[in-house]
Amino acid sequence: MKKKIIWGAVILLAILHKDFWWWDDTTIVFDFLPIGLAYHAGISICASILWALAVVYAWPDDLEAEAEGE
Amino acid sequence: MTVLIVIACYLLLLLSLGVLSARFAKQTTSDFFLAGRSIGPFLLFMSLFGTTMTAFALVGSSGEAYERGIGVYGLMASASGIIHSAVFFLVGMKLWVFGKKYGYTTQIQYFRDRFESDSIGLVLFPVLVLLVLPYLLIGLLASGASIFALTKGALPGVFAAGAVPPWLGTLVICCVVVTYIFYGGIRGAAWANAFQTCVFIILGIVAFYMISDALGGAAKATQMVLAHKPDLLARSAHISKFEFATYMLIPLSVGMFPHLFQHWLTAKSAKSFRLSIIAHPVFIMLVWVPCVLIGVWASSAMIDGTLVVPDHSRANQVLTILIRKLLDSPVLTGLLGAGILAAIMSSLDSQFLCLGTIFTNDIVLHYADESKISNVQKVWIARGFIIAIVAVTYVISLFKPVRVFPLAVWCFTGFSSLFPLVFASIYWKRTTKVGAIASVVTAIGMWLFFLSKANWGAKSSFLLPEILPFISASSESMNITIMPVLPIIICSTLALIIGSLMSSPPSEKTVAKFFK
Repeated sequence: MKKKIIWGAVILLAILHKDFWWWDDTTIVFDFLPIGLAYHAGISICASILWALAVVYAWPDDLEAEAEGE
Repeated sequence: MTVLIVIACYLLLLLSLGVLSARFAKQTTSDFFLAGRSIGPFLLFMSLFGTTMTAFALVGSSGEAYERGIGVYGLMASASGIIHSAVFFLVGMKLWVFGKKYGYTTQIQYFRDRFESDSIGLVLFPVLVLLVLPYLLIGLLASGASIFALTKGALPGVFAAGAVPPWLGTLVICCVVVTYIFYGGIRGAAWANAFQTCVFIILGIVAFYMISDALGGAAKATQMVLAHKPDLLARSAHISKFEFATYMLIPLSVGMFPHLFQHWLTAKSAKSFRLSIIAHPVFIMLVWVPCVLIGVWASSAMIDGTLVVPDHSRANQVLTILIRKLLDSPVLTGLLGAGILAAIMSSLDSQFLCLGTIFTNDIVLHYADESKISNVQKVWIARGFIIAIVAVTYVISLFKPVRVFPLAVWCFTGFSSLFPLVFASIYWKRTTKVGAIASVVTAIGMWLFFLSKANWGAKSSFLLPEILPFISASSESMNITIMPVLPIIICSTLALIIGSLMSSPPSEKTVAKFFK
């Protein structure tokens, strides 16, 4: 179940990557960062957090044994 | 002159590192090609990250952002953060298992075994070499252009414009990279990558800070863009939504990069992958956000009412022009130039080495009597092929330069088109050699077709009617921009499925070997 949630979240993140709602927006955040760029930097940070969760909750424990031919 | 001395010192330091790594190497093929499968998490991460962050990441991203704005980050960087780690997780670790279990050194060895076919190797070898060539080319082009732009005025009277000409700068970079991989093999490349990745990340952040400071601060630099070229701060004027969506397929290329495959196999254990999977997206961000911002700022940066980067400057030179013109310290300029070269060389080394590895293992040792070739001779065969490939790529780089970003996208498109092959080989038991060969032939055939239609790399996207001639170009609703990777992946996947289903299934022995 945990694995399914993780992979579901990866798909959701890939969908959220298509931020067509900011397409024409030139709003500046933090005084220097265009909102379209700030949003995608956020996507990168979320990706790292998500992959950390994947390593904890969806890690294939049998890989080492499989590599040793067990 | 100081800039030149700083860059020369950096290159000498790199050569010393290569020689030092050789002291830890054993004169065996396993050590030269795979570092004895002993690379831990930190070195693996630095190798993978340094290898994927090429000239494309620093020189290409800033140049492309200069012309197309902030959307460049979403096109490649944030998409890669999701896709690259997914590929490391789903493909990289499984291939590491097979590599360790069955002693593979190259992709072709794996595919030959998985598809019980010798011919898949003969089909794949020229395809992989053909696709790596443009990747090497972007590194060489960017290194020559960067050294030229950084050393302008350093050698008055010696060369035109007083700068090291691109042909000479490229030649020096080739010699340095070839020398340290000659000494240290993949271990030398891993050490150099780790060192160079640290160098270009730190110096990239320093460059960002110094450039923004020279422009009166990040807020002022962005305000200048807002006043003169606000279209670069959004995406609608330069990138279509459909192009943006289809770009997400480009990062799948990492699944078929032969140089990444080789780095995966150097891992000490599956756990070595964890750091790479987690840290890759954030580190991409650390490199790309500053580069994209610098590129966008370059479009409107003015000092005393004059544009710092003249209109219609070459995209490949935007970053170096800013560094040279805005920073008043030759030492710092030299160091930042070294940072750019570090990013370029940290990819070139692995690419050179992987070509030597696949030639030696998949062609020479596969067809010759291996027992008659000593370990030392095997290593020298790899070195000889590396020299040949470097020479060919160097000569190509002397012709008319092309923009780094579109050329890189074409290279990635080719590798992405082969992704269905590697994914199906791991997760679909029914994949056969007929399906595999059909998929490769379809992918490379369509890639060459679209590349020729794009005037050999001059552009990287098409309007839909250019791809599907039966759609009328006058139909505005269908006049959308599309990346060629979408139709190629669809067709190569269909060829794989149809070819596999129409041929005999793989033997039970093979299925048992690769599927639990």
